[in-house]
Amino acid sequence: MLPLIWKDLLIEFRTKETLVSLLMLGLLTLLVLSLAFDPLSELRPLAAPGTLWVAVIFAGVLGIHRSFLCERENECLQGLLLCPVDRGTIFLAKVFGNALFMLGAQCVILPVFVVFFNLFPSLALLRLVVVLSLGIVGFAAAGTLFAAISVRTRAREVLLPLLVLPLVVPVLIAGVSATAKILAGKGLADVARWLHLLAGYDLLAVVVGWMIFEYAVEE
Amino acid sequence: MLWKNEGSRGAQGSSAERRGKKIPVRAAREVYDKVLPGATFVGVVAALYLVFVYVPNDAYQGPVQRIFYFHVPSAMATFAATGVLALASAMFLWTGREAWDRLAHSAAEVGLLFCSIVLTTGPIWARPIWGTWWTWDARLTTTLILWLIYVAYLMLRNFAPNRELGARYAAVLGVVGAVDVPIINRSVYWWRTIHPAVLRTREGGSGLGDPRMQLTLAVCFAAIALLAVWLLWLRYQTARTADAVAALRQQAAELPEG
Repeated sequence: MLPLIWKDLLIEFRTKETLVSLLMLGLLTLLVLSLAFDPLSELRPLAAPGTLWVAVIFAGVLGIHRSFLCERENECLQGLLLCPVDRGTIFLAKVFGNALFMLGAQCVILPVFVVFFNLFPSLALLRLVVVLSLGIVGFAAAGTLFAAISVRTRAREVLLPLLVLPLVVPVLIAGVSATAKILAGKGLADVARWLHLLAGYDLLAVVVGWMIFEYAVEE
Repeated sequence: MLWKNEGSRGAQGSSAERRGKKIPVRAAREVYDKVLPGATFVGVVAALYLVFVYVPNDAYQGPVQRIFYFHVPSAMATFAATGVLALASAMFLWTGREAWDRLAHSAAEVGLLFCSIVLTTGPIWARPIWGTWWTWDARLTTTLILWLIYVAYLMLRNFAPNRELGARYAAVLGVVGAVDVPIINRSVYWWRTIHPAVLRTREGGSGLGDPRMQLTLAVCFAAIALLAVWLLWLRYQTARTADAVAALRQQAAELPEG
């Protein structure tokens, strides 16, 4: 599994394509949504949690799609499938890589989010990292499974969001609700229910994906 | 040559045996073809009579409450179709038999139909009673997301590169969707909920006091169940025929010219 992760990291280190596209897409989504809501409205803080998560999820859909698109070029996926490892292992490596890149992009998106929404930069905001990490793992698991499928279909750019967005509704709801409470100054104990939901979703998405991935990639 | 002839005779023998075994299946098929439409017709006509003529108006909600007799059975049909879809998808991945895939595909189309009925009748009732077409209640939201998953399922089949891969991909979505729907429901339930619990309230009582209402609901359940089963049956037969035609086309294409 480690060589598989190392391969993705090495490609990323040399091209920096996924990280840069994730980052730019996330920032642009933040910008577009900031423009969509009146910047002087008093209701603006209410839009903050949703804006953050829409940025995470939209950038994530495109980033994960890309990670399989580059496997498709030059039949890299074929080579990957010829590796003497379990299909589930390939899945776990891909999820790990995708989650890592999404988290990497968050290191920049989160500070920009704090600036755009004029939040007080306290250490308490680090609680958001816990919520984001939990949400991103589950999203990456569901996204990776269905990106492997959608990349082989016609109209693949359209199909991936159509497949993934309804399935990651729990991540979105739990993420937004927990983020809203944390921005309102609540601690992690107050959002325990949402964190449990996210953790449960992560576990289920990773296990189901690990078990079912071979059906999604085999010819 | 001799060996080849023997082989082909052997194959013929076994296919004749199989045909012999298939006769009761075919007889059952004819019975279904005759009985299901008739029973469905009687059931739906009886349901229409009971709903529009027989059953009394609801004391508080007035005539608009009558939509409930189609709304709730359709919701049940949707959930039953979801169960069939999940089971058939899992069985297809496990056994690889095309019959399971055809069943899953048929269940998805029937499920989408009844899910659409639920999502249309609901707002018609909600507007006068709740004063709003739509609310982000747990059941409404879950049903809407279920509808979206159904559409994605059917689109995935259409966009797949070929029949076999489409079947496998769709089965993956069927299984994952079935695992996911309970979590979606839990998450939106915690988010907010105002949908009425008519059949069984938390105190254990029922919102339908009048026995005539209970009778109407029971008949509607039976009628919608028959309709759903019949549609599923028709759709399954169509899928079988379509697959048979595709196989024949394939054979014809492989025949030498002339």
